[in-house]
Amino acid sequence: MRIKGKGLVDRSDPVTFRFDGRSYDGFAGDTVASALLANDVKLMGRSFKYHRPRGVLTAGSEEPNALITVGAGASAEPNVRATTQEIYEGLEVRSQNAWPSLDLDALAVNNLFAPLLGAGFYYKTFMWPKAFWERVYEPVIRRAAGLGGLSGQPNPDTYERAFAFCDVLVIGAGPAGLMAALTAARAGADVIIADEDARPGGRLNAELLEVDGELGHVWAARAVAELESMSNVRVMSRTTVTGAYDQGTFGALERVNQHRGGRSDGAPLECFWRIVTKHSILAAGAIERPIAFQNNDRPGIMTAGAVRAYLNRWGVSPGRAVTVFTNNNDAYRTAQDMVAAGVRVAAVIDSRADVRSTGEFPVYRGAQVCNSNGGKELESISIIVNGKSEKIQTDCLAMSGGWNPTVHLTCHMNSRPTWRADIQAFVPTEGAVPGMSTAGACRGTFSTHGCLTEGAAAAREVLAALGKKVSDTALPQAEDAPYNLAPLWAVAGKGRAWLDFQNDVCVKDVKQAAVENFRSVEHMKRYTTQGMATDQGKNSNVAALAVLADATGRGIPQTGTTTFRPPYSPVAIAAMGAGAQGKGFAPQRFTTSHRASVAAGAPMIEAGLWYRPSYFPKPGEKTWRQSCDREVNHVRNAVGICDVSTLGKIDIQGPDAAALLDFVYINTFSTLKVGRVRYGLMLREDGTVLDDGTCARLGATRFVMTTTTAAAGTVMRHLEFVAQCLRPEWQVAMTSTTEQWAQFAVAGPKSRELLNGLLDAPIDNDNWPFMACGEVSVLGVGGRLFRISFSGEHAYEIAVPARYGEALFRELVARAEGLGGGAYGMEALNVLRIEKGFITHSEIHGRTTAYDVGMGRMISATKDCIGKVMAARPGLVVKDRERLVGFKPIGAVKQLSAGAHVFAAGAQASRENDQGYITSVGFSPSFGAYIGLGFVKSGPERYGEVMRAVDHLHELEVEVEICPPVFVDPEGRRARG
Amino acid sequence: MRLDCPICGNRDRREFYYQGDAVMLERPAPDAGAAAWDGYLHLRANLAGETRDLWQHEAGCGAWLVVTRNTVTHAIHTVELASAVKEALR
Repeated sequence: MRIKGKGLVDRSDPVTFRFDGRSYDGFAGDTVASALLANDVKLMGRSFKYHRPRGVLTAGSEEPNALITVGAGASAEPNVRATTQEIYEGLEVRSQNAWPSLDLDALAVNNLFAPLLGAGFYYKTFMWPKAFWERVYEPVIRRAAGLGGLSGQPNPDTYERAFAFCDVLVIGAGPAGLMAALTAARAGADVIIADEDARPGGRLNAELLEVDGELGHVWAARAVAELESMSNVRVMSRTTVTGAYDQGTFGALERVNQHRGGRSDGAPLECFWRIVTKHSILAAGAIERPIAFQNNDRPGIMTAGAVRAYLNRWGVSPGRAVTVFTNNNDAYRTAQDMVAAGVRVAAVIDSRADVRSTGEFPVYRGAQVCNSNGGKELESISIIVNGKSEKIQTDCLAMSGGWNPTVHLTCHMNSRPTWRADIQAFVPTEGAVPGMSTAGACRGTFSTHGCLTEGAAAAREVLAALGKKVSDTALPQAEDAPYNLAPLWAVAGKGRAWLDFQNDVCVKDVKQAAVENFRSVEHMKRYTTQGMATDQGKNSNVAALAVLADATGRGIPQTGTTTFRPPYSPVAIAAMGAGAQGKGFAPQRFTTSHRASVAAGAPMIEAGLWYRPSYFPKPGEKTWRQSCDREVNHVRNAVGICDVSTLGKIDIQGPDAAALLDFVYINTFSTLKVGRVRYGLMLREDGTVLDDGTCARLGATRFVMTTTTAAAGTVMRHLEFVAQCLRPEWQVAMTSTTEQWAQFAVAGPKSRELLNGLLDAPIDNDNWPFMACGEVSVLGVGGRLFRISFSGEHAYEIAVPARYGEALFRELVARAEGLGGGAYGMEALNVLRIEKGFITHSEIHGRTTAYDVGMGRMISATKDCIGKVMAARPGLVVKDRERLVGFKPIGAVKQLSAGAHVFAAGAQASRENDQGYITSVGFSPSFGAYIGLGFVKSGPERYGEVMRAVDHLHELEVEVEICPPVFVDPEGRRARG
Repeated sequence: MRLDCPICGNRDRREFYYQGDAVMLERPAPDAGAAAWDGYLHLRANLAGETRDLWQHEAGCGAWLVVTRNTVTHAIHTVELASAVKEALR
């Protein structure tokens, strides 16, 4: 119920939202949880395993119970905490894990089978019949147990990633964080202060404590206003710092638009930040612990701090007759605040006998709550005092087992927290994260005065390290009440007493784990599922390991904690991977001829990040093969045009450029004349082929290397490695010019005729022989011409600055068509090179050597080169290695397939009989038959042998003849013509 | 993770390409023998603790770097230009 005059919600701004289809009213500033409580809705979810009715337990991101699905359809988001989701007009939320409804959940029957569903039940039951596990039991269990479900549709929301840099990151905007930020900011440091809440202030917004004579939330608002007015400060609210990483990098999730209806204003739903800073101050506060007792999970039972947070911040009392169960003095604040607000406090049950606490409410000292009663809502509690049982009518029990400092981020880099017996809690270990200091409740200092003092002190240390002058900021006045507690983790007794509400882990489950020898805390966690899922045991882990410590006869510090891992609270994969969906997954690279190719109807295929035309269909052609055959014939009989700009182009200059090339290629380039091109093969240092290509000498100290499309980046990196790491004394520099030049193959008997129509100075076989290169003027544009051939025909590659690429491509294609030719795509290019036995990365696939591809003798005997020593290893030069050959089908089946393996005729097609494999195939119009390239043991010595090629995948078997890999013009006359 | 490129400054690790042990700087002579080449190419101690590896600032200046770091603490001690380290070895 809403309490008049209380809370920080904006009563002038009513908001209507829907929960499970029903409309509810709230105010701006409400969360789903506070608004539902204001409407006396206590049942908000069903538990994971037993489908127990559950209400809200907390008022923060640690909430284990009140998980809801926000929105509907593709953008629905499951497992959102009702305690953090702000309401807005039109918000639609649903409960989870209940059918047919939250109130009448059929699977609540699981609760009756609870004795069968204890820790590790799935390891012990459902064992028979064996086949039932996969087909019956597991699907049923998976359906019955669980949280919210995904929509199964692509996520339509937008997300962003961003970097931020600062002098100091303050994590948490409670009293410690705000004081730290103020101190640092006033001294001129570049500050980011991030807080997961919509409203900075931390517990100051949830308490009635005063700072400098005014209510804490007023002081906090003033502090935030000052920070926001400063140009050196970024206040990031609704931003959870989720992880601490190496070298001062922090992950942070900003919920940019989760609190607003309508997601069409261009803002992303969420932004995942990487914040980089040398200094950080953790002021993350603390999380209150429940106490385990029988049926402590009933709706209406909450943590004490949450109960007064609902009252003080949201103006809501979760009950009309409130009781408090505590082992410490802090929870008395809940009783005091309730009484002050006019809410009846039925009793305070203090487990400590030796305290002299009083108030305007009955106090039971040395007493414990041992059971709760009611149905889907709390009606009464049973307590034991002086050995006698008593029943107290109450609809809200506020429990406090003490506070756990939020040490999570200090443990993300492999540190373990330190146990402090006086507060019965773990605190951060000094120096856990380089550059991070801690302040306030997260280091076990709970008074407001203590938080302010430590926040200021942490900031001063950072300022000193930054060399900034420390301004003399007076510390605000605030309470400095001591915090006293006596440990109480679980009330002794029968029945189920919950530790982990989200995963339905009870005290007896942890004890059972210990009995079954899962004594390590990590084993206990996995056996019981304690601390898993969305809340990661934020309010239950310490109690669970205390119970384990007790059950195993060890102390809590000896038992230790499980590992804290990022993220602190759930982060959508969509946020971390923002920008990488769909086309954002990999950049697309387009050649200058892309538009012309697409306009010509060419299907584009991926070549690395590039897109290249597969073939250029003409009217009347029904299959790609018809287009491909025509394009091959164009090149063999007239002239064809192909965009080869995707090949890597590396400009290499310097007095030692030739020496570098001699060192990276197996053959010699220092002897290459200016104005000539040479084919080269390069190896990895282990003797395997790295890449091949041509290299043109444009001047005495200048070369242009081409690489294959796929290996352009790898080769560039390799050249830099050789130049910087192996031969830094050489004067040579290189840069990639792949994107600066558009380059086209002009191939076929009419290639020179075509070019001479374009070149401002005609060429002939004498001034531009095979393997010549140089600068030319193309229709008035400066370009380069290389007489090289990847088809075996008389061919050239012509290059112009990229901005002329599209125009030149269109001109070349038009002229080729006029000569009876045209553009050709990747399919034809592949057939042309297979016909000539030219290799690609299908053949130099990372396991073949120069010897294997028939170029062993190209390795120069007179110089060292990368890979030379290792390529000479005996195993890499033996004759029976799988070596490059050609394949021709000669039996009834005329098709070849790449990937088929080769076996001796008559031999069984099994692994141990494997003789080699086919790497490339194509239909050769020149032969009217399929031809292929591949590798066969002792290949060149087996020409003429008939073998079996078996493709197990496509269930294809072909009789093949082994032949030399060059099918067309083996003497190479055409290219020289 | 971040590295201090001596040329570009402090950058996110996504800008860098990781190669492996900096022993790759010490290429043996062609006639050094099988053991030396085997050690150069294949044998790595893979110690937990201080390592020296080669990285390239591929999405930056292109410089190859020798990074001395601790695989246990993730601390990065030095980032040097590989060319300078190699020159010093000569």
